[in-house]
Amino acid sequence: MPEALALALSLAGLAATLAAAIARPRWLPEAAVAVGAAAALVAVGAVTVSRAGQAVGHLAPTIGFLAALLLLADGCRRDGLFRALGDMMARGSRDSPRRLLALVFAVASSVTVALGLDPTIVLLTPVVLATATRLRMSPEPDVYATVHLANSSSLLLPISNLTNLLVFTTSGLSFTGFAALMLAPTLAAVGVEWVVLNRFFAAELGRPPGRQAVPAAPHLPRLALAVLTATLAGFLAGSLFGVSPVWIAAAGAAAITVPALVRRTATASDLVRATQPSFLLFVLGLAVIVVAASDNGLAAAVRMVLPGGTSLPALLGIAAVSALLANLVNNLPAILIIAPVALASGPAALLAALIGVNVGPNLTYAGSLATLLWRRLLRAQDTDVNLGQFLRLGAVTVPAALAASTLMLWSGVKVGL
Amino acid sequence: MRALVWIVAETWQATVAAAAAFLPAEADVTLLYVRSDAETLARGARSALLGRSRHPVAEALDAISEQGARNLLADAQAALGHQAALDARSGRTEQEVVAAADTADLLVLARDQGHAHRGPRSLGPTVRYVVDHAPCAVLLIWPDAPSG
Repeated sequence: MPEALALALSLAGLAATLAAAIARPRWLPEAAVAVGAAAALVAVGAVTVSRAGQAVGHLAPTIGFLAALLLLADGCRRDGLFRALGDMMARGSRDSPRRLLALVFAVASSVTVALGLDPTIVLLTPVVLATATRLRMSPEPDVYATVHLANSSSLLLPISNLTNLLVFTTSGLSFTGFAALMLAPTLAAVGVEWVVLNRFFAAELGRPPGRQAVPAAPHLPRLALAVLTATLAGFLAGSLFGVSPVWIAAAGAAAITVPALVRRTATASDLVRATQPSFLLFVLGLAVIVVAASDNGLAAAVRMVLPGGTSLPALLGIAAVSALLANLVNNLPAILIIAPVALASGPAALLAALIGVNVGPNLTYAGSLATLLWRRLLRAQDTDVNLGQFLRLGAVTVPAALAASTLMLWSGVKVGL
Repeated sequence: MRALVWIVAETWQATVAAAAAFLPAEADVTLLYVRSDAETLARGARSALLGRSRHPVAEALDAISEQGARNLLADAQAALGHQAALDARSGRTEQEVVAAADTADLLVLARDQGHAHRGPRSLGPTVRYVVDHAPCAVLLIWPDAPSG
């Protein structure tokens, strides 16, 4: 098959998969489109069976890792971790909107770092909304902070964002090596968010609130906290002794899941649902489609656009291009497309690409322009969102956070972290 | 006299107290609260999670905000001490307030900052817009007790 035709077919498959994932028609699950498109590309010879098999085999441990992390987050929810965090923030805010925002920053960053972006968006955001509402404080600063930090603080660990996880095994970095290089960039991104959000919402945060009843001391979920602490310590220690983090994640998932099965607070089918099998298939299908597109010319095109090397301007360029691509096609396809090309310049370039695809989606509240446009086209419920305000916030925070984080990454590489 | 009393979450008590003190007993009072669009934002962020199934246990975001608005308006009505119409809206706050003030003779609202911050910054962008665009007379109160 001519390369141009194979490329065109692969890009069509990618477009169809993205369209299904964004539009979410009831009758056509996005996983079916992704797997179907991948199978079709193999069938017509746009990608060989062995190359597709290699991509799937390569990603399989990551998919297992992801499933374990999803189980871990679900166990924390079941154990009441998110409810307890809401009570803790309410109690700690002591009638100060600014103190509540500081606690939201601490909690949203911690949850994102330890459990990943998804639990922050899906499980923590409603808790933050409910907490601010209960305390009679405007929820905008806190909800904006949670949504922004789910992206900005997802730089730190390989488990903090699926984008990190997808490229972690090929990065050649150890778990602690990754964290050491990404610590300063994460702090820089969170610092930018703090400064910008505090100024942006100065009016809401400066209002003198009325007195509210102090909520009772939260009931801390001991099992969830113990398992989470042990798992994080395990990741760091395992990295020193050469134990693959997949096994640590699996142990953590088992430690929080088995007691629930024994006590019958969760059924086997609950647990299967928690691993989101259709999402795992979606990622595998997407990976094969991107390999087909990359092999047939997309990688060459990316190589022309993406700066090479690891000088500061090159890293800034990689972060910027990655952020733009993430806003065009969402962050998962963006990192799958960019990672192989960036990695040729070394792990620092790959981490710069991760800064771009992780922080970049804050430009729009829906993760990409495509998703945003679709939501605004079709869903009347979105017409009242103050889009101008969100875009202004994104336009201020994203370039500043990208620049600050990339500068920190470059400094870290320079001092030999 | 038709009076519109716009309350926000933090300073509703001061605003309602001012309304009770300044408005004549026969005034036709409407209490207005405009819900933020925070839950739309949260929903949008969820749609950014490409390929993830809709989470089965995710709480209904709208219900949280709707319940909060109902509770706030009920508390405000109780604090006001006499009959008032309740108006809960959602959308761009400043535009909703100005639109609601169209049929009012007087709009009662609070500054964003207390006495410690006298000056232009005591009005945030939303309150500033409402004061600038209100079609009726405006009673602008301080949200806290005067200090010293």
